[in-house]
Amino acid sequence: MDGNYILYKFILASAILLISLLVAMYSTLFERKLAGFFQDRLGPNRAGIFGIFQPLADGLKLFFKEEFMPGSADKFLYILGPSLTMMIALLTSAVIPWGNSIIINGVEYSLQVADINVGVLYVFAILSIGVYGIMIGGWASNNKYALIGAVRAASQMISYELAMSMAIISIVMMSGTLSLSEIVNQQHGFHWNIWYQPLGFLLFLVCAFAECNRSPFDLPECETELIGGYHTEYSSMKLGFYLFAEYINMFISSAMIATLYFGGYNFPFMDDLGLSHNAITMIGTIVFFIKISFFGFVFMWVRWTLPRFRYDQLMRLGWKTLLPLALVNIVITGFVIMLKNHS
Amino acid sequence: MSSANQHIVSLTGRSKVASNKKMTFMERIYLPAIMKGFGITFSHLFKKKATIQYPEVTRPIAEIYRGKHVLKRDDEGRERCTACGLCALACPAEAITMIAAERKPDEMHLYREEKYASVYEINMLRCIFCGLCEEACPKEAIFLTNEIVPSDYERSSFIYGKVILVEPIDKRVDISKRQTPAVLNFKKDKNQSHNI
Repeated sequence: MDGNYILYKFILASAILLISLLVAMYSTLFERKLAGFFQDRLGPNRAGIFGIFQPLADGLKLFFKEEFMPGSADKFLYILGPSLTMMIALLTSAVIPWGNSIIINGVEYSLQVADINVGVLYVFAILSIGVYGIMIGGWASNNKYALIGAVRAASQMISYELAMSMAIISIVMMSGTLSLSEIVNQQHGFHWNIWYQPLGFLLFLVCAFAECNRSPFDLPECETELIGGYHTEYSSMKLGFYLFAEYINMFISSAMIATLYFGGYNFPFMDDLGLSHNAITMIGTIVFFIKISFFGFVFMWVRWTLPRFRYDQLMRLGWKTLLPLALVNIVITGFVIMLKNHS
Repeated sequence: MSSANQHIVSLTGRSKVASNKKMTFMERIYLPAIMKGFGITFSHLFKKKATIQYPEVTRPIAEIYRGKHVLKRDDEGRERCTACGLCALACPAEAITMIAAERKPDEMHLYREEKYASVYEINMLRCIFCGLCEEACPKEAIFLTNEIVPSDYERSSFIYGKVILVEPIDKRVDISKRQTPAVLNFKKDKNQSHNI
C-alpha cells in the first residue's frame, strides 16, 4: 500500500466519477435530440452547434430556479431524499470493470476501482437501497401525489428486483463467480453470455428498465396521472438531482448489461490483432463505451416507442411472467450445466 | 324492447363488429408487435424533419396574408388616412384608436385630406388580423401586409403608433395583391350597404 497505489486509485475513482457525470449530462441532450428525431423534430440546436451547450444551460437554469420547500415538509428528509438518490446512483460505478489493465513500468494497473469478489451482490445491494431515496423524497414532501409515486416506486422495484436477481443467478451459475471482473474475463473474445443466455438477457433488460423507472415502467413519476410522482414538490437543483440520478442510473445499467451479457471490454478477434496489451486495453475500453452508448440508445428508443403500463399490468408482468420465466431459465441452465459436466 | 340477439343493421355500411377473439400465442407475448414498433420509430430517425428553424427560415407566406398593418401614402407621398374612425368602428377586437387633427396650410404636402390622424394606434395584442379595418376604410389608407408582427418582451411595445405603421416614402409597401380590381369594385358598389 504505497503512495503510488493510493494516487492511482484516487485518479481512477475521480476519472470514473467525472465520466459518469459527464455522460449523464450529455445523455440528457442525447435523449432530447433523439426524442426530437423520433417525432420528426430537430431537438435542441440553439445552444452551440448541435445544442452542445444545452446541458450546461439546463443545469444553470435549475440552479437559478426558486428553491421551494413545502411548509409541511420534513426538512431533513426532504433534503436527504435527492442527496441519497444521487449518492447511490454514483456508488455502483466502483465495481464495474471499465477496461482490462494497463502495464506501466512493469506494474499492472487494473481499470476497475474495486475488484471485490461479490461484485454482483454489491450491485444488487446498492440497487435495493436506491428505492430509499425515492421513498424518503416522496414521504417527506407531504403530498398525496408524491406519496403515491413513492409507494409505486417501492412496490415496482421490489417486484422487478426479484426477477432481475433470478436472471443474474443463471449467469452466476454459468460462470461460478460473483466477481464482475471474473465474469468479464470469462467472456473473452466473442464468447459473450448473450449467446448462452438470450432469455436471461431479455429478462434482465426488461427489469433494468423497471429498476431505472424508465418508460414503459415510469409509473412512479408519470406526468399525466401523478404530476411528476415522487418529485412533485421538488424544484431547483433538488429536482435536478432526481432527474440527473435517473440518467446516471441509465448509464450504470447500460454498463451492467454490457458487462454481464455483452462481454464488457472484450471484442471479437482481440487476440489476432497482434497489438500490445496496453493497446488492446485501450481499444477494449472504447468498445465498452460503444456498447454502453448502444444500450443508452436502446433505453431512449424504448421510451419513445412504448406507452406506459397500467399499474396492474406492471405487477402482472413482473410476478406472473418475468419471475416464472427467470425460474425456468435457472432450471434450463442447471440442466445444461449438469449435462456438460457429465459428458 | 329489442331482444338481445336482434341483428343491428348498419345504416352507413361502415360500422365494424368489434372482435373479442382470443389472442394467439404470438400476439400474447407482444414481442413481435413491440419489435414492429421499434422498426417504425427507428425509421423516423431518418425521415424529413417537419421543423422550420424560424428566425433564419420562414415558412412561405401567401401574398394576400393578413399580417402587420400599413398606413398607405398616396402617389405624392401624402398620408391617405383622414381619421374618419371607420376602421376603429369596424374593428371587432377594438384594437384601433386615433386622435384627429386639422391640417394646417403649410402641411398640404403631408396629408391628403383636410383632417388627418395625429395619433393612430393599433394594439397588436388585441388585433385578430381579420381585415375588417381594411374593408371599412373609404380612403384606401389601411392595409394588412404579409409581414408578421414580431414577438417582444413588453406588452406596451405591442401598441404600434404611426412611426411603425405609416409606410416610409422611400420604401413603399406593395399592397397590390390585396387591392385587386375586384376589391376596388366591391368598395365602390352602391348596392352594398357600406357604400351608400
